[in-house]
Amino acid sequence: MAYILIFISAILVNNIVLSQFLGICPFLGVSKKIDTALGMSAAVAFVLTLATIITYLLQQLLVKFGLEFLQTISFILVIAALVQMVEIVLKKISPSLYQALGVFLPLITTNCCILGVSILVANATYKLPAGLDHNLLTGVLFAIATALGFGLALTLFAGIREQLALTKLPKGMQGTPIALVVAGLLAMAFMGFSGVC
Amino acid sequence: MNYLKTLFNGIVKENPTFVLLLGMCPTLGTTSSAINGMSMGLATMFVLICSNVVISLLKNLIPDKVHIPIYIVIVATFVTVVQMCMEAYLPDLYATLGLFIPLIVVNCIVLGRAEAFAAKNNPLASLMDGIGIGLGFTIALTLLGSIREFLGKGCVFNTSIFPEQYGMLLFVLAPGAFIALGYLIAIVNKITKKS
Repeated sequence: MAYILIFISAILVNNIVLSQFLGICPFLGVSKKIDTALGMSAAVAFVLTLATIITYLLQQLLVKFGLEFLQTISFILVIAALVQMVEIVLKKISPSLYQALGVFLPLITTNCCILGVSILVANATYKLPAGLDHNLLTGVLFAIATALGFGLALTLFAGIREQLALTKLPKGMQGTPIALVVAGLLAMAFMGFSGVC
Repeated sequence: MNYLKTLFNGIVKENPTFVLLLGMCPTLGTTSSAINGMSMGLATMFVLICSNVVISLLKNLIPDKVHIPIYIVIVATFVTVVQMCMEAYLPDLYATLGLFIPLIVVNCIVLGRAEAFAAKNNPLASLMDGIGIGLGFTIALTLLGSIREFLGKGCVFNTSIFPEQYGMLLFVLAPGAFIALGYLIAIVNKITKKS
């Protein structure tokens, strides 16, 4: 039961984009069509889960040698290398998956929700339901839940923007400004979940 | 003269937040009050200036094939410096800004300026560009922070302007960030398109 609460908390209550403000760049950048939004969400889910596992193990190593101050540098390098490696491996093993995710992979290195979640999990500062400890299992579940939350927000937003493209707007509001206002309304809707758990 | 132009270019014509629309995560995440926004802007500005100068000095030594990872290491080094200084001397602020300090590494503004400006220009021009873009970012964050703090709590920089209970708390919370920034960009668009 407590494990399900991790998912509800990370997807609905503390949504990574709409209440934690991480990953805003892809949220605004690749949300013009539902198809690209789904592709991006899948790529983020894949890399985020892998990156969380690897950086969690790396953190154990850093702590062992007393090198915690190297966290930021080593994490970003590991994530950059990981993204490159995922790209190469996917190209070889599963060309169809590579074609679906390929365009989005290079963008992910600078997606702050990957580094952000890795740091949260490594420092054990993410929110957990009562009765659970911060460890590799809950960390990975938290990462998957976060990625699902990102995907949900991105897909919903892309759906709204597809409709929005047909609407007549004042010149100054076109493009990013109206997108931000809509994101605000979406965030307001998600605020309704606060207090659920 | 030319250096001054570079400086003002970053503040007005190429303002990272309002015109280039870069670095949205810290812009939205840390501007719940004017002082938080300004601190985040200054921290980013420090990293931006240092990385711009260092990359500009090293541009002839960096092999072209691996230039992005090297830029990332340089930026991450300065971010770690900011992180450690802030944790030591300003622990309260560090607790408030929290995760967004290490995330300066993945702020597109810093890497973007390294690639677009510092890698092609001399150190002095890069310094000016760093100061200009950094100031532009700081001004934008301070402005957004002030607006949110004013609408949400009725004060700016903790100076009370109207009683707190009349404020719209929404503007301090997450949705207000999106809405305030959306209208702010719309207003800037309106003004710049006219002139």
